[in-house]
Amino acid sequence: MERPRLIREDGLRHDGRKYDELRPVRITVGALNKASGSALVEYGGTKVLAAVYGPREIPQKHLLLPDRAIIRCRYHMLSFSTHERKSPALTRREVELSKVIREALEPVVMSETFPRTAIDIFIEVINADGGTRTAAVTAASLALADAGVPMRDLVVGVAVGKIDGVLLLDVDELEDMFGEADMPVAVAPSLGLITLLQLNGVLTREEFDAALKLALKGAAQIYEKSREALRDKYMKVRVEE
Amino acid sequence: MESQEARRVLVVPGEAFAEGDYKVLTPSYVVKVNKKYVAAVVGLAQINNETKEIAVIPLEGCYVPQPEDLVVGYVVDLGLTSWELDIRAPFTATLYAVDFLGRPVNPAKEDLSRYLAVGDTVLAKVEVFDRNRGPVVTTKGKGLGKVTRGTIVEISPVKVARVIGRKGSMHQLLEGETGCEVLVARNGRILINCPNKELEDVLVMAILKIEREAHIPGLTDRVKEFIIREKVKRGLIGGEAKAD
Amino acid sequence: MSHTPSLELVIPRLKASTIVSILKKGMRSSGRGLMEYRPIEIVPGYVRNADGSALVRLGNTVVVAGVKLEVGSPYPDAPNEGALVVNAEFVPTALSTFEPGPPDENAIELARVIDRSLRELKAIDMSKLVIVPGRRVWVVYIDIYALDHDGNLVDASSIATLAALMNTSLPKVEVDESGNVRVDRGTRASPLPLRNRVITVTIAKAENVMFVDPDLEEESVAETRLVVAVSEDGRIAGLQKSGAGGFTEAEVLTALDIALKAGEELIKKLVISNLGGLKAGSATPTGSSAP
Repeated sequence: MERPRLIREDGLRHDGRKYDELRPVRITVGALNKASGSALVEYGGTKVLAAVYGPREIPQKHLLLPDRAIIRCRYHMLSFSTHERKSPALTRREVELSKVIREALEPVVMSETFPRTAIDIFIEVINADGGTRTAAVTAASLALADAGVPMRDLVVGVAVGKIDGVLLLDVDELEDMFGEADMPVAVAPSLGLITLLQLNGVLTREEFDAALKLALKGAAQIYEKSREALRDKYMKVRVEE
Repeated sequence: MESQEARRVLVVPGEAFAEGDYKVLTPSYVVKVNKKYVAAVVGLAQINNETKEIAVIPLEGCYVPQPEDLVVGYVVDLGLTSWELDIRAPFTATLYAVDFLGRPVNPAKEDLSRYLAVGDTVLAKVEVFDRNRGPVVTTKGKGLGKVTRGTIVEISPVKVARVIGRKGSMHQLLEGETGCEVLVARNGRILINCPNKELEDVLVMAILKIEREAHIPGLTDRVKEFIIREKVKRGLIGGEAKAD
Repeated sequence: MSHTPSLELVIPRLKASTIVSILKKGMRSSGRGLMEYRPIEIVPGYVRNADGSALVRLGNTVVVAGVKLEVGSPYPDAPNEGALVVNAEFVPTALSTFEPGPPDENAIELARVIDRSLRELKAIDMSKLVIVPGRRVWVVYIDIYALDHDGNLVDASSIATLAALMNTSLPKVEVDESGNVRVDRGTRASPLPLRNRVITVTIAKAENVMFVDPDLEEESVAETRLVVAVSEDGRIAGLQKSGAGGFTEAEVLTALDIALKAGEELIKKLVISNLGGLKAGSATPTGSSAP
């Protein structure tokens, strides 16, 4: 594929965004019926669904912990969510991301409330256009809140990329593909805790410091939208006349 | 009553809603971070500045058993000397045969499914629960035991308090206006016995309305109006049934 | 499905609190400083049949990495470049809780972290690994085995990987007129073209105290870790927060200061030891040469 022009002459990005601008964020809390909690999160063309079941007893008793609930997490992409068909089986990438997403959520979940149970988080990437793991963290955290699982804070994710030497907030797939670095970050803003941090690419120390600042700025905006979306589920209930 | 409801605030996890020194009535749903009280669940935060008490009433979540809670359980499994009941908690509850039958059982001679089979409904009380072991329930007590008549409406366990209402007001309203027997178990299963199918329909609709609108003030009045309107529609009470 | 792990090591609370309270005083129970690595021993060329290899002993942690070069097809999107495949396995010799079977999520994560650090930095000059342009290239298989686990498998693996790559040589190849490739493993044509060296530095955090190179007990008391891939020229070539828990922004910045400094020293040490020409196969994993 030919490398497209990612920073236009007017200084804007290929989709017209400014360097520190998020794609449109859309959030639906309680998108599913059967799950204890659920959320559908979209960052531009990226669409991720998360469902939470539990806390519940599970047949695999040997996994359970005596002093707290365990969290089980699966990040999975639907086979047609990507340009090339993805094999439905779990890839090594998905195994790794299931782990880092779980570890991004563990610090906020008050798992000590439900010893010897499991809280299951199922994440399905419906359409992938960059930032699927960070959208997944946001969706999973909202699904946990929707399930009524006690949490110290919500966790939201966003990625920062470096393209042609410029740091860009919330990179999409095209920018990621031709960029020099991609740094997904997840944060619990009220706790001031960074719970996911990866870097795929090379940054100087100065670039890193700036990239982290940019990510935290974007995360703060997504955090506000997440809180709104949780409240919306109740605010939108109208009194029936 | 309305003024008290107005002092509730809708909160989400991570949201600080009070600062200073308060007594936390719902410790499972509130965390203290640097002098600030932070909600741990989506819920209604109540702040009482006179008594210096705060609480967060969750709007979502599973049933967490407490001793003395009245629960409706479904038999999901049976062992040699006990049954396992689904009570909508993270853990299944155990009902011992010796408790249910009031005498010891001999597993070699008796098959417990003769008394309670999978799928049967039981009204019971939580006897012990400490989060480390599963809950144990008892059927010793008036009115407890196998449920053989009526029907069950399920609502979210965290909305049960609204169906009961302050000092039982909503519960009285539901029974009074429909003439049904309404038994509200703490785990969100409501056992109802109605004089007829029409009244049962009205009652079920009213209960589901309470669940949907639990967080919106003025609930009791709305439910009362709703029941009357539905009864009029069905010609169950006098007045002009509106054609619609 | 990824799940909250059981502890690999159950440490009595009394002992755990001792470990943490010593850390809080800026020391460690072993006498090491917070920013001090355990003794590192590198045995380059440990596996004779590999095209490059190294055994690394980091304190009591033992890891062996081997490189095998095979002739293969290039990726369609990079027809004139060699390919890289990194795999890691935690074999049951390493710890009582490690079970036989395919790599678990920890091993997969480790392999992918090391893979990314090499790939993103273009540590290996892939353009020099082409045999028949567009058709046949060298595929660099790096396999990492954790043999004995006493903490910080990531850094031990990263050291072993770099050491192995540094003594990897390309076998001689002949291409006949119809494009068939014949490999002569007995004759070495040239060293593997390395352009930039990279190493990981793992920083663990226990109750707001940060320290490098955690041993297994320290890992068990630490809430979380940050793995920083540091390049020879002092850039950040990868990051991975690993383990439940998190870092404040200030802690992340401090961790990077620590990592960049430690990484530079580690790479220096490695270059010296590899040049030092330690005899191949001179040590065994359980040998008495450990300090």
